[in-house]
Amino acid sequence: MQDFEYMMARSLDETVSLLAQEPDGVQLLSGGTDLLVQLREGRRIARLVVDIKSIPELNELTCDPVAGLRLGAAVPCRRICQHPVVTAMYPGLIDAFALIGGVQIQGRASVGGNLCNASPAADAIPALIVHHATCCVLGVAGQREIPVEQFCVAPGQTALRRGELLVSLHIPPPGSGFGAHYLRFIPRNEMDIAVTGAAASVMLDPAGGAILSARVALGAVAPTPLFVAKAGDYLKDKAATKEAIAESARIARAAARPITDMRGTAAQRRHLAGVLTRRALEKAIERARV
Amino acid sequence: MSDKEYKVIGTRPLRQDGTDKVTGRALFGADIHLTGMLYGAVLRSPHAHARVLAVDTSAAEALPGVKAVVTAADLPTGVGGFTGTGEGLVNVRYEAENILAHTRVLYHGHAVAAVAATSPHIAEEALRSIRVSYEVLPPVLDVRRAMEPDAPVLLDELRTDEMGRQGDRPSNIASHIQHSRGDIEQGFKEATVIVEQEFTTATVHQGYIEPQTATALYSANNQVTMWCSTQGTFGVRDQVSEVLQIPVSRIRVIPMEIGGGFGGKNRVYLEPLAVLLSRKSGYRPVKMTMRRTEVLAATGPASGSYIRVKMGADRDGRITAVQALLAYEAGAFPGSSVGSGAGAMFAPYRIGNLLIDGYDVVVNKPQAAAYRAPGGTNAAFASETVIDELCEKLGMDPLAFRQLNGVQEGDRRPDGPVYGRIGYLETVAAARAHPHYSAPLPSPNHGRGVASSFWYNYGGKSSASASVNSDGTISLVIGSVDLSGTRTTIAMQLAETLGISVADVRSLVADTDSVGWTEGTYGSRTTFATGWAAYKLGESLKREFTQRAAQLWEVEPEKVRFADGVFSTDGEHLTLKELAARLDETGGAIMATATVEAEGYGPGFAVHIVDVEVDPETGKVQILRYTALQDVGRAVHPDYVEGQIQGGVAQGVGWALSEGYVYDEAGHLLNTTFLDYRIPTCLDLPMIETVLLEVPDPAHPYGVRGVGEAPIIAPPAAIANAIYRSVGVRMTTLPMSPPRILEAIWAQKPG
Amino acid sequence: MSRRVLIHARINEEDVEFLCEPRQSLLEVLRETLGLTGTKEGCSNGNCGACNVILDGVLVNSCLVLAVEIENKSVTTIEGIASPAGLHPLQQAFLAHTALQCGVCTPGFIVAAKALLDHNPHPTEPEVRRWLSGNLCRCTGYDKIVRAVLAVAGVPRPDISESHAPARDQGAA
Repeated sequence: MQDFEYMMARSLDETVSLLAQEPDGVQLLSGGTDLLVQLREGRRIARLVVDIKSIPELNELTCDPVAGLRLGAAVPCRRICQHPVVTAMYPGLIDAFALIGGVQIQGRASVGGNLCNASPAADAIPALIVHHATCCVLGVAGQREIPVEQFCVAPGQTALRRGELLVSLHIPPPGSGFGAHYLRFIPRNEMDIAVTGAAASVMLDPAGGAILSARVALGAVAPTPLFVAKAGDYLKDKAATKEAIAESARIARAAARPITDMRGTAAQRRHLAGVLTRRALEKAIERARV
Repeated sequence: MSDKEYKVIGTRPLRQDGTDKVTGRALFGADIHLTGMLYGAVLRSPHAHARVLAVDTSAAEALPGVKAVVTAADLPTGVGGFTGTGEGLVNVRYEAENILAHTRVLYHGHAVAAVAATSPHIAEEALRSIRVSYEVLPPVLDVRRAMEPDAPVLLDELRTDEMGRQGDRPSNIASHIQHSRGDIEQGFKEATVIVEQEFTTATVHQGYIEPQTATALYSANNQVTMWCSTQGTFGVRDQVSEVLQIPVSRIRVIPMEIGGGFGGKNRVYLEPLAVLLSRKSGYRPVKMTMRRTEVLAATGPASGSYIRVKMGADRDGRITAVQALLAYEAGAFPGSSVGSGAGAMFAPYRIGNLLIDGYDVVVNKPQAAAYRAPGGTNAAFASETVIDELCEKLGMDPLAFRQLNGVQEGDRRPDGPVYGRIGYLETVAAARAHPHYSAPLPSPNHGRGVASSFWYNYGGKSSASASVNSDGTISLVIGSVDLSGTRTTIAMQLAETLGISVADVRSLVADTDSVGWTEGTYGSRTTFATGWAAYKLGESLKREFTQRAAQLWEVEPEKVRFADGVFSTDGEHLTLKELAARLDETGGAIMATATVEAEGYGPGFAVHIVDVEVDPETGKVQILRYTALQDVGRAVHPDYVEGQIQGGVAQGVGWALSEGYVYDEAGHLLNTTFLDYRIPTCLDLPMIETVLLEVPDPAHPYGVRGVGEAPIIAPPAAIANAIYRSVGVRMTTLPMSPPRILEAIWAQKPG
Repeated sequence: MSRRVLIHARINEEDVEFLCEPRQSLLEVLRETLGLTGTKEGCSNGNCGACNVILDGVLVNSCLVLAVEIENKSVTTIEGIASPAGLHPLQQAFLAHTALQCGVCTPGFIVAAKALLDHNPHPTEPEVRRWLSGNLCRCTGYDKIVRAVLAVAGVPRPDISESHAPARDQGAA
């Protein structure tokens, strides 16, 4: 393992100034389930590892039907998935959060970390996209918000500027008539990186059951998680029929630009984009009707 | 079922090393700590094929904390010949070159240098400071490409052994073997149905959870002590002796507990390096443990292969002819398991006309080693799926086919030997009668497949000794490393012989100075051969006890009887325990030693039934139900036999569906972690039902037959046959991963 | 080289102090500094579970925790599972059900199973399998491990016809 110093940060301001001073040598440590592997393999370099797990704002986890969900960037998945209000209000997010690794990873890994790691295959991100999540970022210049679909800019790279860190995610309250689902394809039944992931959310008209709005997002089929606006827009004001779902899935599939690597082939991924979008929409609609 | 009543054999005692293993107290190889210990690490080639132009270790040597650096220059020159490590002979020159590359590197991960330092982190830093210059050469990564006359040659000195005759040109084909019998041309003429198919299988790894580890101390008086996780302490001693030209009398190998081997921990990789580093560091102990990436890239996986099978049968379903070609990737140096694969693949069947050609071919991948039934799984994937296709064309039930064509005592194997008492037909019959075989399949996406397998098993040489304690317990010393419970099954056989409880036999797995030469724990030999040695010990102890009782009772030894743990003569009796308490009066300690070269070992046969569900939209295969039936000879400890079968099945499932080395065009191994080298998790498998049939091996005192290897052979073929019945595609490549199944499904559909 | 740090923690109910480099994992310190070699290293990147410990009540891969992160925290390793009174029921069950062969994955499984039963005392077979999917075993095929855990959990041994299908990844339809 490369050599580095370690310190525990106590406040956001302290962290921001450390990042601003030394953007190339400082790495933020939350759950460590990505960072330690990358440091060990030399894929990231650290002169100083800054542990952010004690910063209060990063550990915030509040959820209610009015304000929605505010999720601190360092909250581990396990805590989120055991929160009764979050699991009741956002099953479509829990679908994804509960898949970030096995139990041991869940105990440490955070959704914020999954987002900042910016893997094209990250499980959390497509689900966050279809829930209209925004990222609250703090830097030297102050706070700003980034829609989650704009947060990842390239594999392993985020929209964070020098000196910025992700503080929290805000997910608006779902409202009645909302339903969402995330699913992914992996070769085994657990412990794999997603070959393809798909998230879908719908807002149904409580009167007639037509789709008022919808969102579709894909994972592992592009350099970043892919928000396929057209696939969701297509469904606006349409009845939730098999044909409409199939067409939306076709649009999503056409938007996918996957590669072939040791986890899957491009043809397989493109095909799965369509299959999983369809299945995600079907489940989202089923949840919306409950 | 058993035809004898045993008191110990067939019971399920708790294992003697169990408490230590469930509490974390048992010491595995990497758990050792010695005073002054250094940590070793290995620098490995980033190229799959290259000339080594220069190695500059000066910066590493100067790094504070580094105590020794070695390269191939530190190995003795002129080593040669062969040594046995187990599961095949080892060419010492090639083994030494595998341990440290000299002028050529032959696979991504090939060791080039090693260091020892005061912390593993400093050792890692030292590796980064070593400068190696390479001239990169084009790699050869495909076995068929390697066989072409214009392929780049890996080993200039290699000449093909063409069925015993040496070739005269450099080649990547190390050897060509052939089995032939009868007249296959005539045989195919007599066939009503012929199926011909070709197959490829990817390189796979044994996947033991414990990485290789070795600790060595070269003392100032030129004695070498090693603490190793190995399947064979004597194999380690012999290999280190040959590679480093140190007499075996100066080498002592102490077995630590071992975290899985499956054939991959017979050869040495780290041991000679640790010894060299220890000597060079000023006689300090050096511990070396591989990281998982090194285990996958640079130990001994199972060969990838290309196999062609053609089989013909008459209208009644009788096999008339078989022709096969097997080309196995040996990796960087010769010595794949093509021979054992070629001999095993049709062994369950009576075949009058056959021609099997096997090729051992070098490629720029790590040198292959044995993996549980070496060569067998690749070959059976081909033969057992061709049989399935043949049965379909014949309109014949696959198990009825096997019943018709199956071998029994007196039949002759493809590679020559005549079968003794075997249990293949019993196993097939049991499979046909098993409720799994006739259970309904609820959904069209479900499919059921069967396959059968043969494995030779093995006997070999084992030594053991025993001494009697004054409380009547026996201290048993064996040379067989315990991979999964054999120290208990061997003790059980000694206890059975003496008519005592197994709780009264304490097993010790001893180092190479403390017990006689013993072959490694491989080949499904240990319960058979070392158990036989234990039986001989028991007989020997009984004779000695008889003498002592005769002395005490002042009668002729012939007048002393022994039954059920009690010695008696007219009017007198003593239990073994009571007699043990009085050994002092009759001359003192009793000991026995035994050596065996266990012959007459009989093969094992298995039949597997598997139900799968295939999602035709994703190509995902779920194993729904698995039943493994096997002739196990005599289940000394039935739980252990079940466990061996279940473990072999699980490995076979991974081999079938998710495991396989992925290389890029430059020959870099891409999946070097357990994230992307995917072995089954417990969420990928159901409960695995086992049916143990007992057809005792008449040669063995307790009818024991090897059991460990037959279970891994059938799963890929059984699963392929099940996939066919689920979605109608015949898979011919391993692993049968989801994208491949999708492509096969798409290739079927019109448009 | 970075400065060594002095860490105070509670390991297996005992107060412990040790020096470590920031780059050393908890796994490395347990094994090399504290002599607690029961926790094993199988892969070093969180994929096999052999290094499992319980950190402040949470099951973690100790290869992915820096030793410096356990300041003032409590850790339970395999060495802390048994009590002075004897083996934990899980340890007894692993022995009784022959849920180990080579035994190297066993400490990880026992710690993980204990964390499961602390969290959910009566898991079903699919729940057991899902929880333990982060622990790799190459010897047993998992059958007897799952039976051992279910035996302690008080769920009757599953009949073979009920136990076929493994729990599905919730993403696969």
